[in-house]
Amino acid sequence: MLNYAVKRLGLSVAIVSLAMFLLFCMIYLVPGDPASVALGPRATEAMKEAMRVRMGLDQPVWVQFWNFFTGAWTGDLGEEVLSGRPVLDVVLEQLPYTLVLIAGGISWSVALGIPLGCWAAINRGSFADRLVGILSVAVIAVPSFVVAIYALLIFAVTLQWLPAIGAGEPGDVGDQLVHLILPSLAVGLGWVGYIARMVRASMLEVLEASHIRTARAFGLPERLITYRYALTIAILPTITLLGIGIGQMLSSAVFAEIVFARPGVGKLVYDAILTRNFPLVTGAVLVTTVIFVLLNLIADLIVGALDPRVRSSF
Amino acid sequence: MSEAVSSPPARTRSDFGRSVRRLLREPLGLFGLSLVLLVILGAVFADLLTQWDPTRINPRDRFLGPSAAHLLGTDQLGRDLFSRVLHGGRIALYVALVSTAISLAIGIVLGLIAGYGPRWLDNLMILLFDAMKSFPTVMLALALVTITGPSLTSVILVVILVNVPGYARIVRTQTIAIKSSEFVTAAQSMGASTARILRVHIMPNVIGPLVILASMDIPVVIAIEAGMSFLGLGVRPPTPSWGSILNDGFGQIRETPWIAIAGGLPIIIITLGFTFLGETLRDVFDPRLKGRG
Amino acid sequence: MSTLSISGLNVHFSTEAGSLHALKDVTFDVPERRIVGIVGESGCGKSTLINAILGLLSDNGEVRSGQILFEGDQDLARLSRGQMQDLRGPRIATVFQDPMGALNPVLSVGRQMINIQYRSPQSRAAKAARAVEMLKLVRIPDAESALGRYPHQFSGGMKQRIAIAMALMMEPALLIADEPTTALDATLEVTTIELLKDLQATIGCSVMFISHHLGVIAELCDDVVVMYAGEVVERGTVRDVFRAPAHPYTRRLLECDPARQSRRTRVLPTIPGEIPDLRQRPRGCVFAPRCLERHAGCDTPQVEHALAGDHRARCNLAPARSPAAVPP
Repeated sequence: MLNYAVKRLGLSVAIVSLAMFLLFCMIYLVPGDPASVALGPRATEAMKEAMRVRMGLDQPVWVQFWNFFTGAWTGDLGEEVLSGRPVLDVVLEQLPYTLVLIAGGISWSVALGIPLGCWAAINRGSFADRLVGILSVAVIAVPSFVVAIYALLIFAVTLQWLPAIGAGEPGDVGDQLVHLILPSLAVGLGWVGYIARMVRASMLEVLEASHIRTARAFGLPERLITYRYALTIAILPTITLLGIGIGQMLSSAVFAEIVFARPGVGKLVYDAILTRNFPLVTGAVLVTTVIFVLLNLIADLIVGALDPRVRSSF
Repeated sequence: MSEAVSSPPARTRSDFGRSVRRLLREPLGLFGLSLVLLVILGAVFADLLTQWDPTRINPRDRFLGPSAAHLLGTDQLGRDLFSRVLHGGRIALYVALVSTAISLAIGIVLGLIAGYGPRWLDNLMILLFDAMKSFPTVMLALALVTITGPSLTSVILVVILVNVPGYARIVRTQTIAIKSSEFVTAAQSMGASTARILRVHIMPNVIGPLVILASMDIPVVIAIEAGMSFLGLGVRPPTPSWGSILNDGFGQIRETPWIAIAGGLPIIIITLGFTFLGETLRDVFDPRLKGRG
Repeated sequence: MSTLSISGLNVHFSTEAGSLHALKDVTFDVPERRIVGIVGESGCGKSTLINAILGLLSDNGEVRSGQILFEGDQDLARLSRGQMQDLRGPRIATVFQDPMGALNPVLSVGRQMINIQYRSPQSRAAKAARAVEMLKLVRIPDAESALGRYPHQFSGGMKQRIAIAMALMMEPALLIADEPTTALDATLEVTTIELLKDLQATIGCSVMFISHHLGVIAELCDDVVVMYAGEVVERGTVRDVFRAPAHPYTRRLLECDPARQSRRTRVLPTIPGEIPDLRQRPRGCVFAPRCLERHAGCDTPQVEHALAGDHRARCNLAPARSPAAVPP
């Protein structure tokens, strides 16, 4: 297990490094001057020059890259333009809100997706199975921001069951949870579909396996076979899928935070763009990328811990 | 997946006809097809279907609810929403077609290089694809637009960056599978050049699954365009886009909800339509792709 | 009394292309404390037979007629799902062909062996002790620590022995062994067979041993049942059937067995032709199209003829060929 974890960690470090390199290339190659972007159209040439020096843009490319790269790995993502606070601090301050939102999305998708997929697999070919299949595809297809706005319109504006904006009173967990329901639904609804489909497919595959036949031949109760023998194997790919899904949920979270006016990294970046706070944007993108890779890593390690075959094959 | 490796099944004309007939028998596929056609026809014949100019501002007609004159109502500038929705379809379909075509072209080239090139290059490119995929889409879009500024080109650029790694990976996997199969080895032993092997043996086998997968990605592309326009990072006003209509409506959601509904509805229709159609197409034409993507 | 007594068993599957008559008039006994070998090519209905006995036929399969009497009084073809489930495991245990896939990959061996004893009121520790005892009996080294290990940590031969240990743990009356040694290499095959024979003697159960390896059948079994295309074509003691095969199919099988080649040939003999389409069974003998001894009587329905002792063959020519034949 340790061996597997170390190898998997190495891969993650390589991917993050490469992502940093790509991000740097993108900033550098794409036409446009970050200094003038940051200062706006009315800046004088002298101001821009001073800004370039401050952002290190006057140095050779490879020095810029090295500074960016080493800075990023040591947590120095520069300072944000308006207040001069370290970007990392500002991002980390907002991060918990986004993570809670994503956790909410995952809760929705797991709590609904796994039972639905399992149910569809057990009743394979039935009307219920077809219905779950079509609904899954439908919720996957509809973009999360449309879900967010329609949910806002239906449940907050028209029915007034749930609050429309904000993250709730600080310290009041109940209020915060109530404020979490709609945004996390917008984040997680599509993933209910993904997970239901995935669980159904892998459940059907596992139920065909010969060890399930063996278990039946030993007269084990069908419940034990379904939930302990089959489902434990069938949900393994789901965990990997969720790891990848976090990236999409991060995207959905940006919309959910804007639509429901919640604090969070997405809202932070969006506002940073409006105020041309360039270092904050790159910093936030990097942090979310690292989180995404990290969560993928965790998902793979969980699968490694649950599935003894994975550890030995890596 | 062993059958994916076996020799190239040349699809004959009658095979194709049978597949199309099967597609038309599937109620879900037919439903998807009609939704897609509805939007395409609406976009193509927009000027015949409504006499309202999608960008003309009528201060006296602001915030009118749906009526016979304005089927979906008007927005905060008095523009007819039905006309804006139809013309917004043009933008969505344009972005979908252009960016998918470019992504496919780049993806095929990169995938062939990775699949047919030396081992170290393959490993490097796989790592590169993984790194590209590790940016959350919206974050990538936000970062990019900060530099390039909001425009249709930015949207297309984001779509390409999002799609290419996936396509390249599929092409690579297929290429490696076919490269080591018997008929390619046979061609090589008979002295066929690499270019010929790529053209005659590998490309025809790669294109089929790729086109199906790309068509299934179209709703995602449309969602990216609408999403970026919703955030004000896509098309510039006054050009109509479903995303920007949604944004106009979002600001007024308590007072005039029909604007947001008008913006969201075509997005729901087109994404559902393409998804139902794509699912059915995949099952009918290439059952071995089932469960992927 | 026989442990298992099957008579006139007919199983049909409904398929898109019509009804498939998979087992036709299958009749044979598994007497107490005896090992009965079932032999036949793939597709002869061995798996359907096992599934019918275990009550695990797929949803489109159906027992149309016949009896599967277990221990004289219970008809397995008529039992309810729950009653059948109570028999599987404690009374009728099964070892399947594929040792790699027979054990659940994500549960430890001990966990699986304890789960099988779920009906027992004993404590968890007692169940674990019983599992260790069984593992020792099948000669798994370091049995205590084996409980905590996962299937992929064992070799194929060990996995098959663990599967045997699991099957015999509840001391069943009948053990069904579905080609348990086919996936193993020759040395492992011999040791596994010997182990199975020892355990059978210790526990005193009956065994239904399915194999297409005639050598193994000859070595291990007391009786043999030859199946072809879902029918029992010949049955009797191993001695009678192997010495004086009465059905042409059995004779061809024995000729094709590499161990019995009297002359060295360059090519292994095989029986030409394929098993017929079971959706349209011929009125006469099912083997006739491939039979070397065809005659006019093949087109009429074949009856099972009793020969010497318990030896029986479903071929109208059989009585004439066998001197000790008894008229039906």
